[in-house]
Amino acid sequence: MPNAMELEVNGKRFAVHYPPDTPLLYVLRDELGLTGTKYGCGEGQCGACTVLIGGAPRRSCQIPVSAAAARPITTIEGLEKEGKLHPVQQAFLDSGAFQCAYCTSGMVMSSVGLLRSNTNPSEADIVQFLQGNVCRCGTHPRIVEAIQHAAKMLQEGGR
Amino acid sequence: MSNRSQRNFVVEPERYEFTAAPVHHFDLARRDFFKVLGAGIAVFVVAKDAFAAQETAPGSKSFHNEELPKEITSWLHVGEDGMVTGFTGKAEMGQNIRTSISQSLADELRVPFSSVRLVMADTTLTPFDAGTFGSRTTPTMTPQFRRVAEAARNLLVSVAAKEWNVAPEGLVALDAKVTDPVSKRSLTYAELARGKTLAQNLPAEDPVTPAAEWKIAGTPLPKVDGRAFVTGSHQYTSDMRLEGMLYGKILRPPSFGATLVSVDDGAAKAMPGVTIVRDGDFIGAAAPSADEAQKALDAIRAQWKEVPQTSSKEIFSYLKKNAEPSSNERFRRQKGSVENGLTAAAHRLETAYNVAYIAHAPLEPRAAVTQWADGKLTVWTGTQRPFANRDELAAVFHIPESSVRVIVPDTGAAYGGKHTSDAAIEASRLAQAAGKPVKVVWTRQEEFTWAYFRPAGVIEVKSGIAGDGKLTAWEFHNYHSGMSGMETPYDVANQHIEYHQVPLVLRSGSYRGLAATANHFARETHMDALARVAQVDPLEFRLRNLSDARLRAVLEAAAKSFDWPSKKTGAGRGFGLACGFEKGSYVATCTEVAVDRGSGSVRVVRVVEAFECGAIVNPDGLRNQVVGAIIQGLGGALFEAVEFENGRITNPHFATYRLPRFRDVPQIEAILLDRKDIASAGAGETPIMAIAPAIGNALFDATGVRLNNLPLVPNGLRAA
Repeated sequence: MPNAMELEVNGKRFAVHYPPDTPLLYVLRDELGLTGTKYGCGEGQCGACTVLIGGAPRRSCQIPVSAAAARPITTIEGLEKEGKLHPVQQAFLDSGAFQCAYCTSGMVMSSVGLLRSNTNPSEADIVQFLQGNVCRCGTHPRIVEAIQHAAKMLQEGGR
Repeated sequence: MSNRSQRNFVVEPERYEFTAAPVHHFDLARRDFFKVLGAGIAVFVVAKDAFAAQETAPGSKSFHNEELPKEITSWLHVGEDGMVTGFTGKAEMGQNIRTSISQSLADELRVPFSSVRLVMADTTLTPFDAGTFGSRTTPTMTPQFRRVAEAARNLLVSVAAKEWNVAPEGLVALDAKVTDPVSKRSLTYAELARGKTLAQNLPAEDPVTPAAEWKIAGTPLPKVDGRAFVTGSHQYTSDMRLEGMLYGKILRPPSFGATLVSVDDGAAKAMPGVTIVRDGDFIGAAAPSADEAQKALDAIRAQWKEVPQTSSKEIFSYLKKNAEPSSNERFRRQKGSVENGLTAAAHRLETAYNVAYIAHAPLEPRAAVTQWADGKLTVWTGTQRPFANRDELAAVFHIPESSVRVIVPDTGAAYGGKHTSDAAIEASRLAQAAGKPVKVVWTRQEEFTWAYFRPAGVIEVKSGIAGDGKLTAWEFHNYHSGMSGMETPYDVANQHIEYHQVPLVLRSGSYRGLAATANHFARETHMDALARVAQVDPLEFRLRNLSDARLRAVLEAAAKSFDWPSKKTGAGRGFGLACGFEKGSYVATCTEVAVDRGSGSVRVVRVVEAFECGAIVNPDGLRNQVVGAIIQGLGGALFEAVEFENGRITNPHFATYRLPRFRDVPQIEAILLDRKDIASAGAGETPIMAIAPAIGNALFDATGVRLNNLPLVPNGLRAA
C-alpha cells in the first residue's frame, strides 16, 4: 500500500491511499465516493471534472492528487450549506440550465470560480471563461443566463 | 442483433427505424405486482392488436386470471399513500420525458404533479419497450399514459360510488379526490386505494382530454429531480459503486478489423487482485481500481494482424463506387417522368453533396455496472434500448432472458448513440470471470473510436425549373447515409428519389434526426441554388413551390421574426434559410453569418428557428430541446468530422474533434408554434435538420461561394 496522504475536501480531512500521481478526479470519485465530479474526457478538454482548489477552478483529471493535497478542495457536494443551495446552483435550477445534466457539476464549479474573481461578469466574460466547458446538449444560452442571475443573487446578499 | 462481434457488426443505417418490436413474455404476475408495489389500484394498457388477440384467441386466458397479457405497453399504480407510480420502458437521457410524461399522467388523473413518479427503463419492473428513439415517446407513450390514467380515474370513481352506494356518473374526480357534488362528500385517492388490490386492463386508444383542456400538461414545469442534478447527487451509471466492485478495462485492437495473433498476459495475471479475461479476440482486465486495471492492460503483450482499411480522404468516392447495384423498391419513390420534367425545364441544375461521419460524443461515455448472482445477471447501463440490451446479454451468456435485468439510470445523453450494449457485455464478461461486480466506463478515446457513428454519405441531386420558378423535375440519390427526410416536401410532378445501400466502412447507426440532416442539407442547399438561378428570393422561391400549410406556417413565422429579407449590416454578412418536416414536426430556420475575408473565420451571428410539433406538452422542455438541437447542429454544419486512416480514428479527442463551445453559440430565437388542435409529435430530432443548409445558404449570400459538403468550413473559408 502506498503511504497515506491527506486531502481536505469540502471542509473534511480524508486519508488517501491511491498512488500520488493518480489524478485527483479518480481519488474523489473512486476512493472518496464524491461522484458529483464527472469524468468527461480525462484530457482537460471538457471541464466536467472541474473542482475548486484553493478557491480556483481546476480540472481535477489533470492534477495529481499529491499536488492537490496542500490546499482545500471544494467539489459540487460541498456547495450546499445547511440545506440551502449555493446561488449558482439555485440559478441553474431556476433557469433550467441543463438537459442531460452530466456537464452541470463542472459548469457550476467553473461558474462559482468565475464569480469569485469577477462579481459582475459580462456575457463576453462568461463565454470566455466557460470556453473549456463542454455542454453537448446545447444548453449554453441558459447557462450564461443562470450565471448572470447568480451574480445578481450574490450581489443582493447571497454569499 | 444476433451478431455481437464489433468486427462483423453490420448495421443498415437507420435499421432501428424499421425494426419491429419482438413479443416477449412478461414475467411479473399480477399477484407479484401488488407484492412489489403494495396494495392499491393498478391499470395496465395493452396494445390494441394484442388486446384483440387476447379477447378472441381460443384458449387464451381472460384478464381476470393472474397472468398479465404479454403486450402491455404501460401501466400505473395508485398507492395507499396516494402516490401515483407510472411504469414505462422508455429512458430519460436529457430529453426531459420523465417530466413531460409525468405532467400528462398528473393531468389526466387529476392529481398534483408532485404526487407522480415514474419508474423507467427497468426490464424487470417496466413493460417491454423497443427503445427510446425516433421521437416516439410523446406521440405514442404519452397518449398511452393518458389512457391508463383516465382508466384509473374511472376506477377510483367507481370505488367511491360503491362506497357511497350512488351512481358513478354524477361524481367528480379532481385534485386527487373523488367528490359527490350532491352530498358534498369526498374521498381522497389514497383513501380509495387503501386495502385494495384492484386491477384493470384496457386497450390502448386515442388520448382523452383535448389539449385545449390540459391543466398540467402544456405548462413549463421544471425538470423532475432538478435538485439532484445541480447538487451532483444524481447517480449516473458511471457513478455507481457496488460492494466489492472491480473496475474493468478492455484491450482494444490497434485498428478496425485487426485480429489477435498472440498474447502474453503472464505479467498482468501475476498482478495482485487482477483478473484477466481472454475470450476470442476479447482481452480485458478487472482490478480493484481503474489505475490497476490500466496497469494490467499495459503489461499485456498482444500481437495483432491488421487489414487494409478505407480512409476518410477517399470515403466519398468509395461510397459511390461500392453502392449496391440494384436497390430495393422500399428505397425508391417515383412519380411522373424526371426525363420529361428536365426536358420541359427552363433551367437545370445538377450537384453532388458530401456528408462526413460525425460522432455523438455524449458527455457521459458508455458505461455499465454489472453483477452476477446465482446465475442471474443485473446490469445498470446508459442505453436507449434496455430490452434489446437484455436480449443481447442473454444471447451472449447463453442464459434465459428472464435471468437478465437491465436498469437504465437517467443517462448523460445519447443522441441516438446508445442503442448497443457494448460496455454491458464487456463488464458482464469480466464480472463473470472475477466473481465480483465490475464497472466499465469507456474513455473518451474509446468513445470516439469504438462506438458507432452517424454514417457518411454522398447525395446527388438533379433538378429542373420552369420560367416561372416552379419545379418541373427532382431526382435525388442518397448513397449510404440513410432514408430519413429523403422525400421532398415541395410540389413537383416528376420525381425520382432513391436510397442506395453501401456496405459499412465505419460502424454506423442512429443519430439524432438520422439522415434527415444530410438529406435536408442537400435538398435545401439545392433549393437555394435553384432560387439564385431563377433570380427569385429564396423564401419566395420555396413558397412558390410549397402547398403544405404547416410547413408554410413555420417558414413564414421564422421569416417574419427574422425580418427576412434583412438588410445587410456590413461586408461579409449573409442570410440563409431552410425548412422541412419529419416525424410529424415542422421546422424552418433563418441564419445570419459573418465571414472575415482576411482570416477566413466564419461566425454564425443569429439564428431564428420556428418549430411546430402539434400540441406542446412542456414549452420549457421543448425550448431546451430546440435550442439544444440548433447548437448541436452547428457542430455538424460547421466543423465536426470523424477523420480516419489505416483503420484508426485520427481525431479521437475533444482537442482534435471540434465540438460547438460557448464562443460558437449565436444569438438564438426559438419560436414554438403551439397547435392544440393537432396531436403532439416528438421534438428531439427535427429541430436539428435545417440549421446546416441555412448556414450554408447564408455563407453563399455572404461570399458567393457555394459549399456543398458537410462540414461546411472545418478550416474557415479562405477561398472567400
